[in-house]
Amino acid sequence: MAEFRLPKNSRITKGKHFDAANGSGNTRTFAVYRYDPDSAENPRVDTYEIDMDSCGPMVLDALIKIKNEIDPTLTFRRSCREGICGSCAMNIDGGNTLACTRANDEVKGDVKIYPLPHMPVVKDLVTDLTNFYAQYASIKPWLQARTPPPPDSERLQSKEDQELINEPSACILCACCSTSCPSYWWNSDRYLGPAALLAAYRWLVDTRDDATGERLDELEDPFRLYRCHTIMNCTQTCPKGLNPALAIAETKKMLVERKY
Amino acid sequence: MTNHDRPLSPHISIYRWPVTMASSILHRATGLAMAAGFIVLVGWLFDAASGPAVYAKFMEVMDSTVGLVLLIGWSFAFFYHLSNGIRHLVWDTGRGFEIDRATASAWFVIVLSVVLTAAFWWVAL
Repeated sequence: MAEFRLPKNSRITKGKHFDAANGSGNTRTFAVYRYDPDSAENPRVDTYEIDMDSCGPMVLDALIKIKNEIDPTLTFRRSCREGICGSCAMNIDGGNTLACTRANDEVKGDVKIYPLPHMPVVKDLVTDLTNFYAQYASIKPWLQARTPPPPDSERLQSKEDQELINEPSACILCACCSTSCPSYWWNSDRYLGPAALLAAYRWLVDTRDDATGERLDELEDPFRLYRCHTIMNCTQTCPKGLNPALAIAETKKMLVERKY
Repeated sequence: MTNHDRPLSPHISIYRWPVTMASSILHRATGLAMAAGFIVLVGWLFDAASGPAVYAKFMEVMDSTVGLVLLIGWSFAFFYHLSNGIRHLVWDTGRGFEIDRATASAWFVIVLSVVLTAAFWWVAL
C-alpha cells in the first residue's frame, strides 16, 4: 500500500551549513542529504557553499570537491565519471540522473541532492540496491537457447535482429528509472519496476532466445508487469535516453497477441 | 531483504513532477471522483422514485453553490477520464511513448477536458 509519509526514523532534520572557504564571489549552494548510520540521529540536509571557479563542471565534481575539501565523511558511489557505470545515480534537482553527466549549469538555483528515492539508505547518498538486483536476476538475464550453436561459429544475427536489442541492452542498471516510478515506490516488493522489465524485454525480442513463452509466463502477473500505469517517469528520467515505458507497452502487446 | 533500521530515502516530497506523472494521478483521482458521483446519481434516481417532495429537496441541494461546484467537478472528471482513457488506448498500440509526444498528449488531454467541461456547461446553463 502507498505510504506517503516517511517513517519516523527517516524524516529529514535541518543540517549544518558550510560557508565557502575563501569568500570567492562565484559561489553556489549545494544541499546534500546526509545520514550517518553510526549515530542515532535522523537524516539531515547539509548545505555547502562551493567556489565554482575552482570546481569542475559536473555535479559529481562538486561532490568530490566537498569530500576533498570540506567533509571527508560524505559518502557516495562513483566510478567511471563518464555515464557508463551507473554508480553515481542519485536524485539531483528533483529528478533521478547520474551525477557525472549532469552539469551544474543545468540546475537553476541551489543544487539539491538526495539519494535515489524510496530506497533504504546505507549512508548519505548510498542506497541498498539488493532488491533491485534480485529483481534483475529474477528475469533470467541470459540467453536461453534450446538448439545447439553451430559447431564452427557463433550464433550469428542479422543486422535487423541486432537492432531490436541495441537500445534495451544499452541499459547500465543505474536504477534511476525504477526509483523514479511511483508504482515502484509503493509496490517494489511485487512490481519488477522499469529497469528489470526493460531487461526482460531485451531477451524477449532477442531472436536467438528460445524461452520467449516461459519469459512471458513469468511476467503475466497483476503486479510483476501490470503495476505499470504508464506514468512515464522512467523514460523521462533515464540518463541514457532509453525508453522502458515503451518496452513495457510492447511486452503487454506480446502478451495480448500470443492469445490470438 | 529490507533492513528496517535503515531510513527510507525521501520520494514524493522531493521529486519534481513531470506533467505525465500529474496526468496519471489525475486519471486515478477522476476515476475515484466518478465512483463517488455514481452514488449521488443513484441517490438522484432513488429520490426521483420517492415522490415530488423528496425530489425537490434533492434538486434544491444540487442547485446550491456547493452542488454546482460538485457537478462541474464530476463533469470534468468524466471528460478527463474519457479523453485520458483514449490516450491510454493509443498507448496500448505502442504509439506515443517519445518524451515530447507523451508530454504533449498529457497537456492536450488536460486542455481538452477543460474545454469540453466549459462547453458542456455553456450548453447546459
